[in-house]
Amino acid sequence: MSRTSTATSSRGKKKRPVNVATKKKKTTKKTAIHRSQQSPKLGLSNELLLKMHSLMVKSRVLEERLIKIYKTGDAYFWIGGPGEEAFGVALGLLAKKGRGPEYDYLHLHYRCTPTLVAMGMPMIDSIRLIMNKSTDRCTGGRNFSNHYCFPEWNVVPVSSPIEVQYTTAIGTAHVQRRTKSNGITIVTGGDAGSAEGDFASCLVWASRPANPLPMLITVQNNAWGISTSYEGQHGETTIADRGAAFNMRTRVINGNDPIESYKALEEEIYYIRRNQKPVVLEARLSRLFGHSSADGANRKQDQDCCIEIFEDQLLSAGLLKPADIQRVWSEYEAEGRAALEQVRGESAPQADSLWDHYYADGENGDWRKF
Amino acid sequence: MANMAQAIRLALHYGEQNLQVKDIFGEDVGMPLGGVFTATQGLDTTWNTPLDERGIIGMAMGIGLTGERCVAEIQFCDYIFNTIDLLKIAGNTLWVSHGNYNMPIVVMTPVGAGIRGSVYHSHSFDAWATRLPGWKVVMPSTPLDAYGLLISAIKDPNPVLFLKPKALLRVRGEELLPGEPTSEKTLKKMIDAPIGDRSKWKAQWPEMEELDISIGQGKITREGDQATVVTYGRHVAMCNKVADDLASEGKRVEVIDLRSLYPYDWQMVKASIQKTGKVLFVNEDTEVTNFGEHLAYRTTSELFYELYAKPRVLAGLNLPGIGLHANLEENSVPQVKNIRKEIDELLAEVP
Repeated sequence: MSRTSTATSSRGKKKRPVNVATKKKKTTKKTAIHRSQQSPKLGLSNELLLKMHSLMVKSRVLEERLIKIYKTGDAYFWIGGPGEEAFGVALGLLAKKGRGPEYDYLHLHYRCTPTLVAMGMPMIDSIRLIMNKSTDRCTGGRNFSNHYCFPEWNVVPVSSPIEVQYTTAIGTAHVQRRTKSNGITIVTGGDAGSAEGDFASCLVWASRPANPLPMLITVQNNAWGISTSYEGQHGETTIADRGAAFNMRTRVINGNDPIESYKALEEEIYYIRRNQKPVVLEARLSRLFGHSSADGANRKQDQDCCIEIFEDQLLSAGLLKPADIQRVWSEYEAEGRAALEQVRGESAPQADSLWDHYYADGENGDWRKF
Repeated sequence: MANMAQAIRLALHYGEQNLQVKDIFGEDVGMPLGGVFTATQGLDTTWNTPLDERGIIGMAMGIGLTGERCVAEIQFCDYIFNTIDLLKIAGNTLWVSHGNYNMPIVVMTPVGAGIRGSVYHSHSFDAWATRLPGWKVVMPSTPLDAYGLLISAIKDPNPVLFLKPKALLRVRGEELLPGEPTSEKTLKKMIDAPIGDRSKWKAQWPEMEELDISIGQGKITREGDQATVVTYGRHVAMCNKVADDLASEGKRVEVIDLRSLYPYDWQMVKASIQKTGKVLFVNEDTEVTNFGEHLAYRTTSELFYELYAKPRVLAGLNLPGIGLHANLEENSVPQVKNIRKEIDELLAEVP
C-alpha cells in the first residue's frame, strides 16, 4: 500500500497536502539533521523523536493489517489499540525490559500493541495471534488479538476481563518491593475498566502506608467503554483524582502527544524506581477504530490521530520530509504484507493440542484418563 | 496428636523452611491472631491483608507470575465467591499462555457446615472448585493428610485449592506427623500462641520432616466388599462410623476418602465399585450439579453392567443457605443417620 492510500485509512479524511507543502518549504531551509541533537522545539533528541515516529507508524500499520485480516475473513475477531501509539510507544520504550523481578512487569490490557512494538515484538507474532495459528507463541491459537504474553519481557498474559490486571499487578509489585529490586510493575487499563472493584483494590493495596508498592498505575482514557460514554460512567473530575484520595502521586497527560507522554512517563517511572511508591497516571487519548470488530472497526473521523499530529510537528521541525514519512509507512506495509503471507501458510492448532498445558510439566488434566 | 489447625501450621512452617514459601497472607492471618482458626500462628512469613478477597487472590496470582511460592487464605469460603473470575484466570493462565506462565499458588479456605456457622460461615465450595479447570483441589480429613497434602500443594507448580473442613480443624488425629513431638502438651507449648499479650512470643518449631501424599491419590479408610462409599472432608469420619456400626452387624462397607477432588483417584474408586457393585457418594455441597453427580455419572457410564444397584448421591439440600438453628443445619447437610439410611437401602437392593 502506498503512503497515500495509507493516509486514507489510517490518517482519516483530513486533507494534509497544504500542510505538508508548508512544512516542506520550511524544512528545505534547514541544514542537515543530526540524530543525536536535541530538538529545541520538541525537547527530545532527534534520534528518539524519529524512533518514536517509526514505532508509532509500525504499530499503526500493524493494527490496520490486523483489521484487514479480520475484514477479509482470516480472523474471527479484532480488538486493539490504534490511536494509542503516542502513549503506548513511549511506555514500551521506557519499560525496563527483561525477565524476573529485577525488570519491569507489564500487566497490559488489549490495546497495547504500541507498547509491544516499541519493546521489539515482530509484526508476525501479532499476526499469528489474531489468525490463531499453532505458531502463535502468546496463546497457541487460543485467544483474541492483542492478548499478548511475552515472559522474556515480563509481559504477563492479557485477559479479556477489563479489570483483573489491576489486582494481579499488586502481586508482582509486592515481590519487587520485598526483593528490593529496581524493577517496577506497570499496569494499564481503560477508563471504563476503572469502574470495576479491581481498580479500587489496586489503589488500596498499592498505597498502604507501611507497604507502598512500586507501581505505575495507568488509565488510558479514550472516553468510551464499548458504547458507554465517559459522561455515562464518571462523576469524578479526573480518574487520576481517585489516586489522590489514597495520597498517591497522580498526573493527567495528553496521551495523544508522544513527547508529553514520553517526558511524563520518564519522570513518573523515575519517581517510582527511586521512591518505591505508586503513581496513578491518566492518559487522555483517542480510540480511532472503535471498540473492536464488533462495532465495525472503522476509522472514527471525530477522533484526533496522534501520528498525524506528530508528523506535523516533525515536518515543522524539519526532522522529516514527506518522502521520509512515506518511506516509513511503505516499509512497514511491506513488512506486514510479507508477514501475513508467511502466516497464511502456517498450520492451525489441532484438536490433539486441546489438553496441552492443562497442568505444568505435561501432567494430564483430562478426567477421562485419571 | 496434633489437631488439623496445628498440622496446617506445621506444614506451612515446613514450607517456609524448605520450600521457599515467602508469603502466607490473608485476613487476620498474621499475628497477633494468626488466623481465625489459629492455623497460621507463629509463622515467619505471615501478614495481614486488607479485607479484600479479590485483592488477596490477585496478590497471590501476581506472586505466582513471578515464580515465587505463596499461600493465600480466604477466611471462609463463603467470601470467595466474588473472586470466581480471578480463580478462573488463575486456572487458565498456563493453558491460555500456551505454557508460558505457571501459576504455582496455594489458596486455602475453610469450608462446610458443622460449627453452627449460619448462612455465611457454612458454605461448601467443593462443587464450585471442581468447575475451575486448571486448579487442583484437595480436602483432607485428618491432620496427617492435611500436613502431607499441604506440603504437596506448596510443591506443586499448579494452582491448588486447599479446602479446610472447618468442623475438623480442632479435631486431633490418630497418627503422629513426621517430626511431631509425642506429647500433645509439648506441641501446644511449642507452637500455640498464648492467650493475652503475644508481642514477645515466638513459636518453637519441632524439626518437621516431609510427608509425601500425592495429589490425586485417595485412601481406603474402611475395607469392605458389599458396598462402596466415596467421600471426603468431614464426612469421612461420619462414613467410617456408619461402616463400623454396620461391621458390628456383619455388613462390610468400603469407605474411600478421596482426599483429592481434582485430579481424583478414579482407579481406586473404580476398583472398589467393581468389587462391591454398589456405590454411594457423600458430600455436603448442594445437591444440584454436585461433584458427586459427576462421579455417579462416570460410574454409570463406565461400570453400568457391573452394578447391582443404582449409584446414589447424598449431598446437601439445594437450599439458599445453611440455617443457624441446629434443627435447620442438621437437616440441611448429611448426618450419620442419613448416611446410614442410604447405605441400608443400598445394601438392601437386589439386582
